[in-house]
Amino acid sequence: MFDYFANPTRFMRLARVLVAPLSVLSVLLILAGLYYGLLASPPDYQQGDTVRIMYVHVPAAWLASLGYVAMGVCGLFYIVWRHPLADVALRSMAPVGAMFAFLTLVTGALWGKPMWGAWWVWDARLTSMLILLFFYVAVIALANAFDTVERGSRPAAILALVGLINVPIVKFSVDWWNTLHQPASLLRSGGVSIDPAMLTPLLLMLAGMHLFFAFVVILRMQAVLAERRIAALHIRTMAREGGA
Amino acid sequence: MSFFLEMGGYGGFIWPCYILTLGGMIWIAISSWRRAKSAAAMLADLTAEQE
Repeated sequence: MFDYFANPTRFMRLARVLVAPLSVLSVLLILAGLYYGLLASPPDYQQGDTVRIMYVHVPAAWLASLGYVAMGVCGLFYIVWRHPLADVALRSMAPVGAMFAFLTLVTGALWGKPMWGAWWVWDARLTSMLILLFFYVAVIALANAFDTVERGSRPAAILALVGLINVPIVKFSVDWWNTLHQPASLLRSGGVSIDPAMLTPLLLMLAGMHLFFAFVVILRMQAVLAERRIAALHIRTMAREGGA
Repeated sequence: MSFFLEMGGYGGFIWPCYILTLGGMIWIAISSWRRAKSAAAMLADLTAEQE
């Protein structure tokens, strides 16, 4: 199945079909999430209204981590099978994931100030998320550091793969170390520990923002594939003119 | 309305979170869409030229 969809022409055909439903569905889910998150859900008995920050902070953090996992898997596919679509996907995911990692840190700081009394603490969760952002930036820089696109692909794929080691550290940092950041509330062994009134907006925002991530990555993959075809056509034209 | 905007005294922290997140998402969606559209148009022009 992977081979079937990894064909760039087939991917472009599939992407054209997926873009519109993904965008519409993500907007609808996010609008519903905003309604429940800002209007219909109650304040937390301890955090007050700052709990509403969780409805954008948690999805952004999940996307930063899962986006990096997807990027690392693409790196592996590129290194092992040298599949161009894996490189295209890696390059398309990196800026989107970096933006969500940045938003995680900023929204976390905006929650931390009223709750902890500090914008930033060198806590294991915060520090590992900052390192994740650095990995994203380094992958973007390395992928674009060379004269030709192809030369940057392999180093960027290797770095994306190396950075995967940081993802479990981000996830389990709250269990491995004594951190100020609260432990997991959704994906934990004892089950979900959030009240349904707050779980509803969180799940809606999670679903909407994940679909949004897929929508934007597909758009960017379409752009990168078209740009590569343009470059190939230019080279072919130059070769023909040179030969004539 | 002002009660809603105040968010229990935390509006100064909550609203920037939403504005930044939604602003960033809108920005990356529009820039990606424009990039895909302009690349597709350029590719169509070049393909037509070649044919």
